[in-house]
Amino acid sequence: MDSACLNYALDLTAGGGLTLTCEQRAALQTSLLVIKVNYKFSRVLFWGKILGLKNDYFIAQGVAADEMKAKKILYSLNCTEWHLLPPVTAPLLAYASTLNGRFTGDPSFEYEHMETRQQGEMEITADSKVKVNEEQRVAAVVLTIDREASVVPRGAFTRTPDGAVQTNRSFEGLSWSEAIKLSNYYHFTEPQAVKKTRLLDMTRLDPSLDYLDSLTEDIPKGSWSLQLEKGSSVVVLRSLFWLGLTFFHVPTTPQHGYIYMGDGLKNIDLPFML
Amino acid sequence: MESPEEMLNNQKEQAARSLKAFMLTNSTKSNLNLYDHLARLLTKVMEERPENVVDVIEDLSREVKRAGLQNTQSTLRDIHVTTPPQVTAEQQKVLFSHKGGEDGTQEEQSPLPNVAELAFYLEQAGVGLGREETYRVFLALKQLVDTQPLQHCRFWGKILGTENSYLVAEVEFREGEEDEEDALDEAGEDEEREQGFTIISFPKSTYKPPPVVPKENNGTGANKFTYFVCREPGLPWVRLPPVTPAQVTVARKIRKFFTGRLDAPIVSYPPFPGNEANYLRAQIARISASTQASPLGFYQFVEEEGEEEEDSSRISFEENPDFEGIPVSELANSLSNWVHHVQYILPQGRCTWINLAEKPEEEEDPEEEKEEEPDEPEPEVGPPLLTPLSEDAEINNTPPWSCKVSSSIISKFAIAVLYTFGNRNVLCWGSKFLAEGYNPPVPPPPQSEYPSGPDITEAADPSLEEEQALKAALEEQRESQEEMEDAEGDEDEEDDD
Repeated sequence: MDSACLNYALDLTAGGGLTLTCEQRAALQTSLLVIKVNYKFSRVLFWGKILGLKNDYFIAQGVAADEMKAKKILYSLNCTEWHLLPPVTAPLLAYASTLNGRFTGDPSFEYEHMETRQQGEMEITADSKVKVNEEQRVAAVVLTIDREASVVPRGAFTRTPDGAVQTNRSFEGLSWSEAIKLSNYYHFTEPQAVKKTRLLDMTRLDPSLDYLDSLTEDIPKGSWSLQLEKGSSVVVLRSLFWLGLTFFHVPTTPQHGYIYMGDGLKNIDLPFML
Repeated sequence: MESPEEMLNNQKEQAARSLKAFMLTNSTKSNLNLYDHLARLLTKVMEERPENVVDVIEDLSREVKRAGLQNTQSTLRDIHVTTPPQVTAEQQKVLFSHKGGEDGTQEEQSPLPNVAELAFYLEQAGVGLGREETYRVFLALKQLVDTQPLQHCRFWGKILGTENSYLVAEVEFREGEEDEEDALDEAGEDEEREQGFTIISFPKSTYKPPPVVPKENNGTGANKFTYFVCREPGLPWVRLPPVTPAQVTVARKIRKFFTGRLDAPIVSYPPFPGNEANYLRAQIARISASTQASPLGFYQFVEEEGEEEEDSSRISFEENPDFEGIPVSELANSLSNWVHHVQYILPQGRCTWINLAEKPEEEEDPEEEKEEEPDEPEPEVGPPLLTPLSEDAEINNTPPWSCKVSSSIISKFAIAVLYTFGNRNVLCWGSKFLAEGYNPPVPPPPQSEYPSGPDITEAADPSLEEEQALKAALEEQRESQEEMEDAEGDEDEEDDD
């Protein structure tokens, strides 16, 4: 969520149970502004908190002109000193998704993995040790969560004809009847599903607003929980895949945002739990 | 080539045209435009020719606008659409109403907990619901206390569901004022059918279901406290039924999300005996039993004379009046300074073990019973009360608890916070953390239909190779016998095929 409205927004997402302490909020307010200036971001988002055994990681994202292109991810252990996370490669992403324990809280902790490769029928096994830093694992997890579980309401971001994504300055929020429908919320990543828009749909779809994947296309169905909280004043979406990801939106106002507060583990038992 | 005057004229014309176009643009709010409005205004001035036009021109302008609006106003009024916040606001208005009757009698020991203070400490730990929401919960608890005769009341926590969440309050009734169970009864019992008319009697099922473990009485063990849930502050509190051991044992094997509706069925394997209200109660019991902790020395055992030493079920404790407190750094560093103060639920599903194998036998000698000991279930013993947390079993090599100091900067007033990773803290999804994914239990092998006996024996059909091997063996046998008989020179044998 945007660091400018952090305090207000944390109250809205607190229904999940985890919030930040007063001290952390105060520290964040100062330090996020400092990194915005240092790294020359146009917007700084507080992404959330990954709980570890000894320490928690606080994650922030910095956005340049285009909202969707490479965001820089920073992490901190105490909300005051921030470090840049390394960029994530594809094999790292694949490996990190197999790691299953909790985060320890120590960024230099190393996970070891023996990779055995078989070549053809000769079965030459070449053992190679792949060492992955906890820092890299954090980066991979943040990227995965963003890809699979980031949420924005329909109309909050527009796509200009040259492909750049920008905030929609005239977004006034979803109405009450629209806000309780899951189809009005989209993933904020490059669309992955090949969409065949029917002719009937094209009358109501707008190519500058509806270029993202809707949440209703997530498998399995029912992996999102939509609720009204705080005296039914705010719509809260929670992901059941990544427990701890909360998205809030106050209907008829342009306020929205999402935050992840959890232990960074994917809930693969979801099909059993539904 | 244009002359400079013509160019100037052209520029002026262009400026005039652009201004006219600008005046002709419709306003987004009222669908009027300035050009038409000015035209109408000046027409009106032309027709009426009032005195001191320049002073009253603004009023004239407003009148022209109002005259234009009257045409578009229809006699139909908009339907008042009630939005969800309005509905909830009506429900929550009740919370804020004062009840003036009981101002004089301020009991010293009001059962209402100081939720605000608790929320402050939890917020230091990074756990909370937000200030206004916590206050609403406080008011809802007050409502509960006013409607029910309670001795103790505590805000247990919140369990998230897919459609709705539950706010849970843990209460203890005043002695003698417990209500009987109502509303949420447990599922009905199975009926056994008897078949009396068939000539060929079907094989009687020799399946005896394992004896049902009786639940603990209200006020003891897992049912020590009663729990009330409500969906949102302001909505009525619903009482949860007491938990039975069968529910706890099955709840340990399944992993399900809550939907938010208390009467929703739980479809799972092994089948859960009850609906969502029972499952919720079972999870609450499990969480309470394993995650409630207090600093060492805060509670002490009640000393009773004549208590046997082998009776490991000490279940009563009281606050230690001499408790002095342990410094924060010590509390935060070692887990042995924290102890459980709620009884552990045994694998049987209860806190105190009960022996179910007591079958009345005709010959009951104490010696024979000793022989049967391997058949008798062994008494299940759980860790005794007030064991330190450092003895909790580790899950996948990570200790299930972690302890931190809440603030490193202002350490004087910091509180030591205990986080649990076995079950997450009470504001959670209500399911236990599993290290490796969840493996559903395999269904038991189907029961054999016919008991094996001299009349009927159940055996698997032989496979093709076995049949062929058997056939080959038989043929060999026949050949050898034929040879023998040929040697003897008797008649041919017939084939038995």
